[in-house]
Amino acid sequence: MTSSTRTTGQAPARRLRLPLHWLGILPFAIFILLFLVMPTMKIVLGAFQRPDGSFTFDNVVNLFTPSIMAAYGISIRISIASAFFGCLIGFGVAAAVVLGGLPRFIRGPIMTFSGVASNFAGVPLAFAFLATLGPVGFITVFLQTELGINLRMMGFNLLSFWGLTLTYLFFQIPLMILIITPALDGLKKEWREAASILGATNAQYWRMVALPILTPSILGTFALLFANSFGAVATAIALTGSSLSIVPILLFAQIRGDVLGDPHLGYALAFGMIVVTGAANTVYIWLRARSERWMR
Amino acid sequence: MKRLWAWGALTIGLLYFFLPLIGMTNFSLKMRRGEYSFDAYVKVLADTRFQDTFTYSVTLALCTILVGVFLVVPTAYWVRLKLPFLRPYIEFVTLLPLVIPAIVVVFGYIRLYNTSSWLPLTGTALGTDILLVAGYTMLALPYMYRAVDTGLRTIDVTTLTEAAQSLGAGWITIIARIILPNVLVAVLSGAFLTFAIVIGEFTMAALLNRPAFGPYMQVLGANRAYEPAALAVIAFAITWGCLGLIQLVSRFQKSAQRPV
Repeated sequence: MTSSTRTTGQAPARRLRLPLHWLGILPFAIFILLFLVMPTMKIVLGAFQRPDGSFTFDNVVNLFTPSIMAAYGISIRISIASAFFGCLIGFGVAAAVVLGGLPRFIRGPIMTFSGVASNFAGVPLAFAFLATLGPVGFITVFLQTELGINLRMMGFNLLSFWGLTLTYLFFQIPLMILIITPALDGLKKEWREAASILGATNAQYWRMVALPILTPSILGTFALLFANSFGAVATAIALTGSSLSIVPILLFAQIRGDVLGDPHLGYALAFGMIVVTGAANTVYIWLRARSERWMR
Repeated sequence: MKRLWAWGALTIGLLYFFLPLIGMTNFSLKMRRGEYSFDAYVKVLADTRFQDTFTYSVTLALCTILVGVFLVVPTAYWVRLKLPFLRPYIEFVTLLPLVIPAIVVVFGYIRLYNTSSWLPLTGTALGTDILLVAGYTMLALPYMYRAVDTGLRTIDVTTLTEAAQSLGAGWITIIARIILPNVLVAVLSGAFLTFAIVIGEFTMAALLNRPAFGPYMQVLGANRAYEPAALAVIAFAITWGCLGLIQLVSRFQKSAQRPV
């Protein structure tokens, strides 16, 4: 950047060259340090400190109480379910568009729409689902008056595990489509031809050639979708208020008003979130690097 | 047979996308009993809190875009020009905001910059706004950096820099008048995406207690029936508009580059 304003290379200036280079990324480094690294370190360190600052494992151990474990449990189950169905349906749609012999003009709009829908999360998304599947929502009312099916009587409730999973799928499916389409494009025609020359059926081609190649991409995207829904706060709060005790909602309430009655337990809760999303993203990055071998 | 299966998958996907959109649009028009009307929209748009929070969020989004551009463009340029071996590390750092949930980052802000700390940003409204812009810059960083870095890949940074230097340009001139115009489309893409992210963001604004559009929507959603659906339609239109503009500028670039 501007910090190394230096005219042409004279001998003494040349000696100074290396340190001056690093000055160029100093603003960026300071910004990252102040607004990403230090706040995160504060949380991580806080998770291992007593209120007086001394080191302890108590906070992390205290996470293993039934109520907090239940919150992690339901959060993880929602994330797994929405990542699984997001992968499944997203893969189906992407495969239909890329390989299904659909008209070419469909592809552009689908990709654009996926871009929009994967960014349409948060509070408005919750409203959209309340207006659709809520107690007086469009589909609920339609099923009741036209077909006589009462969703509520059947035990469906939008403010529940399945309700939240269904809602998250609205941004999970498009995200899967966006990520997996390039991978499907990477399946070379020659592989299919080679397989069929060797006598493979369509099912054999998928089972023994295409799916093994795609597996790292699919699993990697699964990990990304998992992290994506695990950290989602706004949708859950706008949808359920605080009636469903998942980790992000618990942490939100804790930051607002110390509902756990122990500030350092809050740090530990947040630390647990970093561990879970960090693990999922590590899996994603690792599998992505593996799958890119086939993409060249 | 194969076609049939493909159409089936596509239909399921499209139903999943469109039913909620139809649902919210339908609901937003039903405020007047027995007939469709725009009452909910009129009510929302006339609400002074809507106008205030929306203006506030637009202002914050513009500030975030400015900070993001000032931070990302020179850094990405400098790394490409002088420190190419750092690229993988910088890229990793810019992906970190996707790994660390926003709620954790803002929790850190609240603890690190509270009124009794060395930098009491949360003590004043302006300080909290600065903190919020910083947080939003972090949220948008993965997208902004990737957009700009991809843009830089398409131009010959070294040659352009040497050419500019031999004509006597300083670093500010090079970045502002050579590099920035060349990656403008990438910067605009990043900017529109940033706008779409910031305008409805809820978690950070709510926890920092700032009167932004996201928390306003949430409060309205807890208290009203039809207005939230109207807000959802408006928010969807904004997201759609931002993503549409990205497509538009990148198409504009493609057609501009063709004769070359």
